[in-house]
Amino acid sequence: MNVETRRLGLYGLLLGAGIFAPLVFPAYTSQVAVLWIMILFALTWDVMGGQMGYNSLGNILFFGAGMYISAVVQIGLYYDVGEYTSAFGAVKVDWTMSQYLTGIAVGLVAAAVISALLAVIFGWIVFGLRGPYFAIGTLGVAIAAGELVSAWEWVGAGGGISMPVYPGEPDDRSLIFYFLSLASAVATFVFLRWLYTTRFKLAINAIRDDEEKAEAMGIHTLRYKTVAWAVAAFFLGISGAIFGNMIGFIEPLEVAFPTVTFGIFMVVMSLLGGKGTIWGPVIGATLFHVIKEVTWTHLLGWQWVALGLLIIVNVVYFQQGLLGWAQDKWPELFGIVVEDRDRAADGSGGDDAGAARRAAE
Amino acid sequence: MLDNLSLLTIAPIFNVQLLLDGLFIGAIFALAAYGLALVWGVMNVKNLAQGDFVIMGGYIAFTLAEWGLHPIIGLPVAFVVMFAFGWIVYVLVIRRVIDRDLFTSLLATFGIAIVVQQVLNQIYGPEVKTAESGFEIRSILGNQVTVADIKLISFLLAGGLAAAIVVFMKRSRMGQAIRATAQDPRAAKIMGIDTDRVYAFTYSLNAAICGAAGVLITMIWVIQPFYGITHSIRSFVIVTAAGFGNLPGVIMAGLGLGVAEQYSGFVLGAEFQQATVVGLLVAVLVWRQIQQSRIRQVVQ
Amino acid sequence: MTPQIEVEGVSKSFGGVRANREISLSVPQGKITGMIGPNGSGKTTLFNSIVGYHPIDAGSIRFEGQEISKLRVPQIARLGLLRTFQQTRIYSKMDCMQNMLISLPHRNARWGSMFQAHPPEARERAERLLEFVGLYAKRKLISGDLSFGQQKLLEFAMALMNEPRVLLLDEPTAGINPTLINGLIDRLKRANEEFGITLFVIEHNMRVIMNLAERIYCLAHGELLAEGTPEEIQSDQRVIDAYLGAH
Repeated sequence: MNVETRRLGLYGLLLGAGIFAPLVFPAYTSQVAVLWIMILFALTWDVMGGQMGYNSLGNILFFGAGMYISAVVQIGLYYDVGEYTSAFGAVKVDWTMSQYLTGIAVGLVAAAVISALLAVIFGWIVFGLRGPYFAIGTLGVAIAAGELVSAWEWVGAGGGISMPVYPGEPDDRSLIFYFLSLASAVATFVFLRWLYTTRFKLAINAIRDDEEKAEAMGIHTLRYKTVAWAVAAFFLGISGAIFGNMIGFIEPLEVAFPTVTFGIFMVVMSLLGGKGTIWGPVIGATLFHVIKEVTWTHLLGWQWVALGLLIIVNVVYFQQGLLGWAQDKWPELFGIVVEDRDRAADGSGGDDAGAARRAAE
Repeated sequence: MLDNLSLLTIAPIFNVQLLLDGLFIGAIFALAAYGLALVWGVMNVKNLAQGDFVIMGGYIAFTLAEWGLHPIIGLPVAFVVMFAFGWIVYVLVIRRVIDRDLFTSLLATFGIAIVVQQVLNQIYGPEVKTAESGFEIRSILGNQVTVADIKLISFLLAGGLAAAIVVFMKRSRMGQAIRATAQDPRAAKIMGIDTDRVYAFTYSLNAAICGAAGVLITMIWVIQPFYGITHSIRSFVIVTAAGFGNLPGVIMAGLGLGVAEQYSGFVLGAEFQQATVVGLLVAVLVWRQIQQSRIRQVVQ
Repeated sequence: MTPQIEVEGVSKSFGGVRANREISLSVPQGKITGMIGPNGSGKTTLFNSIVGYHPIDAGSIRFEGQEISKLRVPQIARLGLLRTFQQTRIYSKMDCMQNMLISLPHRNARWGSMFQAHPPEARERAERLLEFVGLYAKRKLISGDLSFGQQKLLEFAMALMNEPRVLLLDEPTAGINPTLINGLIDRLKRANEEFGITLFVIEHNMRVIMNLAERIYCLAHGELLAEGTPEEIQSDQRVIDAYLGAH
């Protein structure tokens, strides 16, 4: 069995587990659905934070944007949005199954596309900022978005929006959103896995390692940065749309733009698993989510303190993350060459190189 | 919204009130921002826990008031307690991230911020708190403008504290060591300055300054466990606008921010206060970016 | 002999310090031109002005007839005017091949080309160039683990990968073991002859620059002091004075 078949086997196993999980453990359907969203969070954060070295603290912006865009589209297709949000139940709303599903389909597409567009626009504002300024700038933009939506009457302001009610069986509803979450996470993974085989990955890695050098070599840095953020925003927009419908009620500060919960989870999960890899975020998100679901309710309010401590311990003592740690320990497993074993085999230029090394030593 | 705007032109006296209140609160913003400028300039640590240190100081004053003491006693108490707290945080966390990339220190201090606000939330609950000074409130200009004595006192205290720190930085040996380290840590080390101690002192001094600012804020305004992040952003706005080597700039930007917030609160409504602060942050960053791009550079 | 880079009356000050004062020079196509000068004479400042690292206060810089003093670093690089850094800069967490592959010319890069895989020709060329600088055996190593001299060679190979028309080299031999310098001079000459790349070299090592360049400019105190062939420069009393500090 070669590596490729084994890898396919592993993917098949994971996918199968994902598909059958809600059928085997129906009680945990919603928790596992959120796990897929978390994996999507970590993967999309890592495009910027891990691969490109642009640590955004405000990616949650696109999650919330997707949520609200989808809500507005789903409602706006059949009702007046302003009336719907202000009347708050006074308008008689009924969704037929086809209306509901059309709404979700159009909403998902709109959420993805408009979020990506927002990334392009905000990228133009924040990409001149580097390092900590970028992190603080994106955090500012995300907080500002939450505040502005809180004051925007047309979308229900701080009161939020009740999402359209699913017209069928509740069990079917949870399955629909489970599979949507699963599909979005798998799509993100597959897309990024492909993306990371192209020139794109080397370019954003180059930006991470030395952006000034990348510019001096003529790389279209702004173009790559914009696309990277738009890709992250595209999938985050989808996840926001799914999550909003799954929760059933959306509101700006706690659900749509939670900068200090979901927004910071993204970062922690990527770091925990190992940023700059494709499996790191997946592993980190799974570990984080499982620990969180198991321990959270037992901590009686101190869980957020524990989260803060986890962040500190993570960045101060264990920044390379699980995969990074494993890579340091067993580099050969990850295809990283540390010694030039084939140097003896071909002597071309070996002398110079050896002499240069001796000179440095 | 526009009603309030026209009110400002019809009754100009409102401007005096807004201006005064803005200056009183802005002086405290400037004080906290001065602390941030210190750690930023000396240690290159962007302390996202800045605002949470302020709020911590505020709760110290609040607790003293609960015990029946006058909150103004909180000023020296918070200064000392927060100094010690800053030292502990430095030893446990900051020392280990100071040489790493900037995002590490940013994220680590963000973690500290979360811990502080959540612990405060567990102890004091999420309600808004204030500490009554019990001082008089005067009316001036024909009873149209009110000035609470405590605001005036806190303004003077903030100014006095800032002046004391400036003198300390200029005159004392530690102050000189801090300034030397800020200029060139390696040279300072070679000259026999214990830079680790300097960093510890700087970070603790910043925490102490924040604590003092928090005491003043509790007496003239309100505190709440989660208000820290807004105070952090205020400090960032001020320092980014002024640059960290520029004390007069920090003072001006601080006072300006205070006034701007009062006006936006009056014209747009109180719910826009936080939006104003983050809006200003984004505006300042964009402005710096435009400035830098004119010299073909980026904001680093 | 058409000038490929024309610098005319360029001045640049930082605060009160005038790093460059009314400097005019030209780099002829297909040749190797040198620039020397004592420390702090404004050589690197001039390089930075040419490649768009900071704006100039006055004067004009033309590359193949096009005014570039208002362009930014990546735009200038895409025109084919490339520089290497005094403190060698490579992508230190990527392996050598990756460093090479991402250094492909970006001149004609379209939006779509960012999603392309690396064509086999690019790999071959990268391997050939690594061999050219003597790093083929190290191609799979993480570049940050290489020695300083090897990183310098890698940076040079990356620059060649970019197919520049002009290459500005900032002290290519600084920090390199003296026994390797001859090999490097040889490679620079071959890059110039075989690939037809115009070279403009800042160098402190007199032996190197006299060997390499056909024409040399000497800066001192931000001003152009002398120009000429290596022989003329070597015998120029002003240049000798500048280096000995008598002024």
